[in-house]
Amino acid sequence: MSQYILRRLMIAIPSLLGISLVLFVVLALAPGDPFSELATNPNVPPEVQAALRAKFGLDDPIYLRYLHWLAAMAQGDWGFSFVSRVDVDTLILQRLPTTLYVVGSSQLLALLIAIPVGVYAATRPYSVFDQLANTFAFIGFSLPTFFTGILFILIFSVKLDWLPFVYTSVPGSGIPWLLEMIRQAIMPVMVLGLFQAASMTRFVRSAMLDVIRLDYVTTARAKGLGQAKVIVKHVMRNAMIPVVTLVALQVPAVFGGAIVTEQIFRIPGIGSLLISSILANDTPVVMAVTFVFACLVVLFNLIADVLYGWLDPRISFR
Amino acid sequence: MALLDIKGLKTHFTTDAGILQAVDGVDISINRGETLCVVGESGCGKTVTAMSILKLIAMPPGKIVEGEIMFEGRDLVPLTSRELDDIRAKEIGFIFQEPMTSLNPVLTIGEQIAESLRRHEAVTKKQALERTIEMLKLVQIPNAAGRVHHYPHQFSGGMRQRVMIAMALACRPKLVIADEPTTALDVTIQAQILDLLQDMKERFGMAVMLITHAMGVVAETAQRVVVMYAGKVVEEAPVDELFGNPRHPYTQGLIRSIPRIDLDAEHKTRLEAIGGSVPILINPPVGCRFAPRCKHAMSICTQKEPRLREIAPGHRMACHLGDAS
Repeated sequence: MSQYILRRLMIAIPSLLGISLVLFVVLALAPGDPFSELATNPNVPPEVQAALRAKFGLDDPIYLRYLHWLAAMAQGDWGFSFVSRVDVDTLILQRLPTTLYVVGSSQLLALLIAIPVGVYAATRPYSVFDQLANTFAFIGFSLPTFFTGILFILIFSVKLDWLPFVYTSVPGSGIPWLLEMIRQAIMPVMVLGLFQAASMTRFVRSAMLDVIRLDYVTTARAKGLGQAKVIVKHVMRNAMIPVVTLVALQVPAVFGGAIVTEQIFRIPGIGSLLISSILANDTPVVMAVTFVFACLVVLFNLIADVLYGWLDPRISFR
Repeated sequence: MALLDIKGLKTHFTTDAGILQAVDGVDISINRGETLCVVGESGCGKTVTAMSILKLIAMPPGKIVEGEIMFEGRDLVPLTSRELDDIRAKEIGFIFQEPMTSLNPVLTIGEQIAESLRRHEAVTKKQALERTIEMLKLVQIPNAAGRVHHYPHQFSGGMRQRVMIAMALACRPKLVIADEPTTALDVTIQAQILDLLQDMKERFGMAVMLITHAMGVVAETAQRVVVMYAGKVVEEAPVDELFGNPRHPYTQGLIRSIPRIDLDAEHKTRLEAIGGSVPILINPPVGCRFAPRCKHAMSICTQKEPRLREIAPGHRMACHLGDAS
């Protein structure tokens, strides 16, 4: 098992290298120059500009710049943000916890809604509960988060004035600070979580329905185990295999979706960092953040495969 | 008193095309320690009859609309699924047709056998495991103590059916219903499984209701035979009587369609088959349901339904032909 994970991690290295190369080339070809601000600043003499460009190797051929970036990256040097004037890794580490907190909570909320609702709906297909769940799920994933986000702000912040709509991340401690952290996360977590829950509910339901009519479920019923035990032990255990895979594979997409939500609620997370650095032509930060997303995709693919093998004894790690 | 006495059972299914009368007035009784075979083509209602006993059919769309199922003098039809849970596996065990799909792929076979014991008997986890290993030894699974922790995919079809038998017999039920237990297996394994079932029956003294469409299996194992056609019982007799003196044209057709290895090749007799197929039981034919396929059909056959009646001690059949003679 640990050997399998180790080998998978080794395989991940070439794919990450490939991804980083593509990212680097695309960013190099993109319009915009990190030094454009410097170039338009009349106080900086042209020869200083040229010296700086040479110092940072900005006019080197693209492959040299890539190798330069790669060598630094391998040594743990993520680069330097031209705009914020801090190291990129410091910047990302500042922003990442907030994103993880919001995205993690929303995924948790989505699972807490989707699994019980999907399972219950599948045990009573076409009942009133099932129809209602289906309808709400349909509405849920038809509404994009940028719409529901603004709707939530209008209702809960503007009209009712219950919740703050600007997210602040002042470090602090104590109960009031903690309560405030929870209070301001409610809306983004609801928006992201409900959107996720909608599609997951339908997925859980159909996975359950696929299993519920299988022969071994009848076998379990014939043992007199009772409905609850049959559903949990025999149906759910099998139905969760595809669900777990889907959830794990969706996590990177959720991070992507969080970019939009972070913009709406002004959450100082990694998504809004990406947007602001793109706008500011802050190439090292863009490169690093997109690379972090790439790592997340590879990591969660691996987690999905490991979970799959753990849940299904027919799959062995070789 | 019979162990199981099914009277006038009607199990219907609601479909988009109408009401499907899968089982339409079936009487079957099984005595303690007896082996009863239920035969008939696919789609005759054998499985639905068996599944109705423990309400293992999907309800809806299925529904027991009429009849009673007396088990040890108690009617099972009005019981809820929850009440039936005490009878399932404990009093009546079930062996299914498809050993490849009837075991849960993500649980070890030991867990699947033991959960039945733990549900019905006051045993600890350890005792349940010991009893499970003992059962696996009884059904002749080599290295039972090691195999108990294996998953179904690590067993062959025949071995899985042995596991199913161990599972069905774990709580020592008084009746075992085996629904075509050998259909999915190859011939050599079929004989082994039937022998094993016979052994187990003698060891535990239980009654067996064996559903099959193989007449060869019937001849080897049954004491009494019930022939079903299109949701109804058409003939019932002790096994020797049924093979020696089959009275219903359907039974005669079934017996004639068995390939005979004992007749030498020079006879060059063509193997007989029953023409046509089982009607779809939505709006079944009026009168005798077999009439459209029957060589002896008379005008009365398409008008009036023949009743099941006793023509010799222990021999009952439902055909108008008997009336004339």
